[in-house]
Order: sequence, then C-alpha cells, then structure tokens
Amino acid sequence: MTFFARLLSKANGLIGALMLAIVLFTACLGAVWTPYDPLKSDLLNRFAEPSMAHLFGTDMFGRDVLSRLMRGAWVSVSIGLSTLVLPVALGTLFGAAAGYFRGWFDRLLIMVLDALMAFPGLLIALGLMAVMGANRYGVIIALSVAYLPAVTRVVRGSVLSISQNEFVEASAVMGNSRLYTLVVHILPNCLAPLIVLTTMMFGWILLAESALSFLGLGVPPPEPSWGNILSEAKAHLIRYPLLGLLPGICISLALLGVNLLGDALRDELDPKSGVAPSKETI
Amino acid sequence: MSELETGSATDLLAIENLEISFGPLAVVKGVNLTVKPGEVLAIVGESGSGKSMIGRSILGLLPAPGRVTAGRIGFGEHEITAPSSPDELRLLRGRSIGLIFQEPLSSLNPTMRIGEQMFEAMRLHTDLSEAQIRERAIDMLRQVRLDRPEALLNRYPHEFSGGMRQRIMIASVMMLQPKLLIADEPTTALDAVVQREVLDIMQDVARANETAVILISHDLAVVARYADRIAVMEQGVLVESGPTRGVLSQPQHAYTRKLLSAAQLGAPSPIEGSSGKPLLQVENLSVDFSEKTMFGLFGRKVHHAVRDVSLKIAPGEFVGLVGESGSGKSTIGRAICDLAPMVSGRVIFDGQELDRLSRSEEQTQRRRIRVVFQDPFSSLNPRMRIGRIIREGLRHDRSATRSERQRAVEEMLEAVGLTAEMADRFPHALSGGQRQRVAIARALIAKPDLIIADEPVSALDVTVQAQILALFKRLQADYGFACLFISHDLHIVEQLCARLYVLHKGRLMEEAPTPVLFAEPRHPYTRRLLSASPRLEQGKDGLQLAETELADNEGDTVDYFDALRADEPYRLVETDAGHRVAVRGYAEIAP
Repeated sequence: MTFFARLLSKANGLIGALMLAIVLFTACLGAVWTPYDPLKSDLLNRFAEPSMAHLFGTDMFGRDVLSRLMRGAWVSVSIGLSTLVLPVALGTLFGAAAGYFRGWFDRLLIMVLDALMAFPGLLIALGLMAVMGANRYGVIIALSVAYLPAVTRVVRGSVLSISQNEFVEASAVMGNSRLYTLVVHILPNCLAPLIVLTTMMFGWILLAESALSFLGLGVPPPEPSWGNILSEAKAHLIRYPLLGLLPGICISLALLGVNLLGDALRDELDPKSGVAPSKETI
Repeated sequence: MSELETGSATDLLAIENLEISFGPLAVVKGVNLTVKPGEVLAIVGESGSGKSMIGRSILGLLPAPGRVTAGRIGFGEHEITAPSSPDELRLLRGRSIGLIFQEPLSSLNPTMRIGEQMFEAMRLHTDLSEAQIRERAIDMLRQVRLDRPEALLNRYPHEFSGGMRQRIMIASVMMLQPKLLIADEPTTALDAVVQREVLDIMQDVARANETAVILISHDLAVVARYADRIAVMEQGVLVESGPTRGVLSQPQHAYTRKLLSAAQLGAPSPIEGSSGKPLLQVENLSVDFSEKTMFGLFGRKVHHAVRDVSLKIAPGEFVGLVGESGSGKSTIGRAICDLAPMVSGRVIFDGQELDRLSRSEEQTQRRRIRVVFQDPFSSLNPRMRIGRIIREGLRHDRSATRSERQRAVEEMLEAVGLTAEMADRFPHALSGGQRQRVAIARALIAKPDLIIADEPVSALDVTVQAQILALFKRLQADYGFACLFISHDLHIVEQLCARLYVLHKGRLMEEAPTPVLFAEPRHPYTRRLLSASPRLEQGKDGLQLAETELADNEGDTVDYFDALRADEPYRLVETDAGHRVAVRGYAEIAP
C-alpha cells in the first residue's frame, strides 16, 4: 500500500484530509469567484435573514456573508501558507547547521531561541504588528518570526538524534564531506517530524491570524479574513449570533481538519514518538 | 520429539498443546512442556521463534494483541489460562513466579532507590514488618555477591553497571522465593565475563531456594552449562526437547543440529598476512574523553579511554582486538579512521603517517580504510535503496563510469551472497544478516586494503554469525584485504585472526599469535576472558560442553599489571616471539 493509501485508510486521516480539502477548495474558489462582491455594501439590506438570495444572510453593512467567508477563507489560508515558507526554510537551515556542526553557533542560536520562546508566539507577533502596523505582509512576517523557534528546535533535535546513527559515521569513513553527509544522509531522515510539524503549524497560524485580526492588528477591514469577520460581528453578537457563529465554525473546522490529519501523519511517519508536537512541548 | 511429555502430579508447570496467536498469525503452535520443582529448563531458539512468548504466557502477560488460542498452562493447582478470578494471576506473579528481563537498564525504575524497588513486592505479597523486609533484602543482596548491601539500598539504578543491575534484579525477584523463575535472555546485553558471573549467581540462588528456572536464550552454548533439560524452538514449533546431555550428543532434529553446528563455529582458520612492511602501525595511541562534571563551569573529568596502545597489521592479515565493553577496543578502531580524536600517538598506514600528509593525500589514503559497523540496523540509511548504499562506497572513485559502478554494485551483491534484485529494496525489507552483508559490500566495493570490523557479528543470531564469518573468510581470499577484527568474544576472533590483542580498561594486557594465546595465556585477565565464553566441542560420545581447561598457573608468580589499578607503572614484556604481556613496574618474566 502506498503512503497516501495507508494515510487515508485511517478514519482520522481520511476525515482530516477531506476537511482540509474542502477548506482549500473554498479558499481557491473564493479567490476567483464569490456569489456577490464581498466588499460591496447594501445599506438597505442590512442583517438580512438567510434566504435563497443570501444563503447565510447579510451583515451590518448588507454585505453577503457567504461571499465574505469565501474570500476570508482565501485571505486566511493564503496568509497561513505563505507564513509557513519562511520558518520552514530558515528553521531547517538554522536547525540543521546548529545540530550538525554544534559549537558556538549552536550555543548562540539556542540562547536566542530560548529567549524568544520565553514569550508566547502570539505575544511576539502582537509586538511586531504594533511596530509594523496592521497589514497583510506584516501578519506574515510577524507570525513567521513567532514560529521560527519551533521549527528550528524540531529540526535541530532530529538532526542531533539522527547523527548518532552509524550510517553517519560510515559516510565519514567513505571520505564524504560533512555537507554531503548532512544533506544526503541526515536531512532526509528528519523529514518526517518536519512534515508533521508543518501540518500542525498551518493550523496554529490560521488560529493566530484570526486572533490578530480579531484584535484589530491583522488584516485591516474591509478586506475580509475569518478573524476580522468575527471581530466585526462581536458588536452584534446578541441580536445576530449567526454572524459570529459562522466564521467561528469555519475556524474550528479548519483547525480540526488540520489536527486530525496531523495526528494521522504522525502515526504514519513517526510511530515511535507517541504524541504529536504541540505548542507547549516545543 | 524424543520423549512424549505428559503432565504428572509432580510437575510444577505443565504446558499442554499451547497455541499463541497475534490476530490470525500463530507464533507458538502446539507446544508441550513440563517443569519439575527445582529443575532448570532452557528454551532455545532464534529471534522470532516464539520462545519469549511462552515465557510471557506463563505469567499471563502476553503483549496485545497476542493471546492463548488453544491449550492450557497449569501451574501447581492453578490454571493460568483459565484463572478463577482476576486476582489469582496477579497474586501468582512475583509471589510464585518471578521474571527477569533481558534489559537491566530498563527493568529497574530509574527514579526509585534500589531498596524501595526491592521492598515494594515484599510489602504487597507478605506480612513481614519493615525491619524484617529490610533484613531479607540485605541478605538477598549478599547472596548475589554485592558488597556493602546496606549502602546499596539507598542508591539509584544508574549508579550501577549492567551486570550489577542484573544481580540486583535477581535479588529482588528471588527475595519472594518464587517456585518458578523465568529468565528471558537475562545476560544477552552483557559481556562474556559478566554473563558468566550473573548466570552462576542466578544458578546458586535458585538452587539455594529450590526454585525451578526457565532460561530463555538464543545461545545454546551458554545455557547448556546451566540447564537440566533443553527445549529447542523453531518458528513457533517445539522441535526437540530432552535432557541436556542427550540433546547435545544426539540431536534428533535437523534444526537442533544446525544450531549446534553454529555454536561450534568449526575449526579455526587464521588468515596470516604477508611478511615484510606492515600495512598499519599504531604507535602509542591514547584517546581521552572528557566529560563536564556537575559543576561544569569549574572543571572537567578526563577519562582515559585508550592509553598508550601500539599495534601492527600486516598486509592481508586478520588481527583480533578483544576486550569487554568499556575496554576501549572500539575507540581504537574509531581513532584509526579519524572518528575519535587522538590525544597522542601516531597512525602509520602503508608507510606514511596519516596526520602528516596533506589534506588531499590524507583523504586518498584514508579511503583505503573502510569500516563495518556493529549494528546493521543503524549503519544503513533507512531512506536509501540498497543499490545506492553500496554504490556510495565508490563515490570518490573518479575513474568509474555510471554503468561500471552499476555493474560493480551487482557483482558486489552477488559476492556477499545476495541477489542483484535486492538493489532496489530498502534496508527495512532485509533481515539483520542480510543488512550486515550489505554493509560489508559497501565497505568492499572500493577494494580497500584494510577493513576495521567493529563487532560485526555480535548483533546477529548464532546461526547467522557463522555465515558472516565464513563470508569474511571467502571475501578475504578473493580480495586480499587486511582486517582489524574487534570483538568481545574470543571464540569469534579465534576463527579468523592470526594474532590477537587483549585489551582491558584502555590498556593492552596481552598480545600473541592466536594459537599461542589459547594454549598458554599468561595474563590473568586473558585467562578470565577465556574461561568466560563457553563453547560446544565434539567429545568422544557426541557433542559436549567444552570448559576451556586452563593449565594451573599457581606456580606463576609474575607481578602482572592490573588494569583496575590504572596508575601503577605499566610495561609490556616479550616472553616469546610475538607474545607480549603487561606487567607491573619492572617485573620480569622468564621466557
């Protein structure tokens, strides 16, 4: 059985992958087509009940909620995916260099990371956002910095443990350079935990982006993201609970999908570790 | 089966027609066994033969999803396979049936003091007072020959070596005076010398308490010394059982004969090198390891792993380096190929001192030295296919074209007894023996002049060990490489090596041509090593256990160097041509 067949043969893998596929599909669709213009307000038609014309109703400016959620999915997911690039690339580079070459670079890096990790990731992102001002690219950079330590730690840890294997020494005996040994023998064996972490991180970033936007430090309105839709609905939550409920459900389902898939990936790739990495453990 | 074993009233344990399955897969099929009170039964088989599962099922502790699907296990009055209450089994465990595991590192709880762990079961199973329990524990520790038992009770497991931990384990299990002791590979993780000690102690303690023992092991020669009866398992089936002498001298089943012949290893056939200039010369090699002490800011503790070792290997010669774990034998091999840093000393390869060469020259010379590592499960990159793993050995050979390399890989696979199709597989699809063949192929493909084989067979089953040794022999004849063969087992190095170096605590104790070392060992440490590893020999009426009979050396009054007192003056003295022994100070030896 191939890897993907095995992954999808498990309940959590299948359900997680399905949920994530729906989120990604909606996001892509939301980028190119929505039933209405998500930014166009219609003040005569505020707080409309769900109907055939507006499937999820309209909000306080009369904008179509479904359209906003679809475009918001695109904004949130695209921010999530682009935020992954920097920490994964830099974290792998730093972690591998520190774990394999050790020495002063390792000590320095660990010191900086430990200092960074003393603060919750969201707090660092908040501080950075306050400096850079609320915009899309600010969110991406702030969250990248916040999640860099996690990746670096995980890669460094697996490089350290893989380096203990005799095949690493065997490579040295054959006269291979240290860089070659690192790239060919060690890094491919660190892929499994990195893939699991990346999947999980996508979920955390979705959540963090929503939190930032909810606090008004993320994607600025009127452009929708799941977080700022929720934030705008807050004032009308008692009379129109659906406005807040819908983006909340979107965030929860996306996160649930990511977690289920992440668990299944971990079972499949890294059966010995027992627990998926969590924000608390790394 | 030579005798039909039927349960009788006097049997302590009766296993009838036992079948254990993991889902649809039966791992133990129709096994009948009995154990009488006070008897020692050895269950022997290779890994995967189901021998451990039998031991587990007697305790009712089969790992999920394994379960007993047919047959019964009776222990005295109790039916283990059909207990009358859930508590029945729990009370039997520990109280009447004790268990000793293979891994002494993980079977003691590292966060509990030795004393607490020993008292735990006593409190549960007996009504003795704390003071009485303590007394019993101290008495038991004395029985397993540990010094100052009162002090031991307050210490933690990590403060002890593997052998001591296993003795502590024996003490705490035997404290309850169980009627049956199940020892599952109790000494496999230990050295020959320590193994002998631990098994002797276990035998003595069991005898003193009239405890029956089931000794589960893969090594026939080791258990033959202790067992009254032997049961041989092959792939879940009990193929033979009977009294030890009978099984050894007249094995009925083909598989038993195969196991026995593997344990004998056949007549040694040393591989002599060519005379003249040595291929490798190691002079006064020392390696230190420093570890930071608890207040690492203030100092380091230096540990001398290897001190002042010199050795020589002729072209095409097999030389053995022997010692218990921690003797520094692997460190010497690693220092020769620059995997461990030398503090002092010189490595001269093919007439050139490696450290003095230019970087590129050194690289070129070093590529003529290859290593075969101990653990075939960690020495092959799990994400590379076999073909690529072997081909990597040729990576620095610029002259070969792609197709030539491919052909070389296929030839090498055939040469080590694998098939060319295996090139497309990943390491996890191969058995331990096959993986070690791949590791040998990877080392040999570059046609090296020297191979450093670091315990190349000690992670393998006995029958596979013999095959790999034969492979080394055949390949040496074809390729003519020299080899530094590192092992803790004298009988393994005896097979191939022309000369031996015996190492203890980082120092050479004795150096001699193999036949001389076996015939007249001088140093007490060598003698201890020799008597510790039992082998089977062809006697006048079939196979029997060969105790290496050592000539009495009471007349030997030489003041030998004792590695346990490391700081005393040390000197190697030549007694014969090529036979050198470590003595203390300026002591002399008459040739």
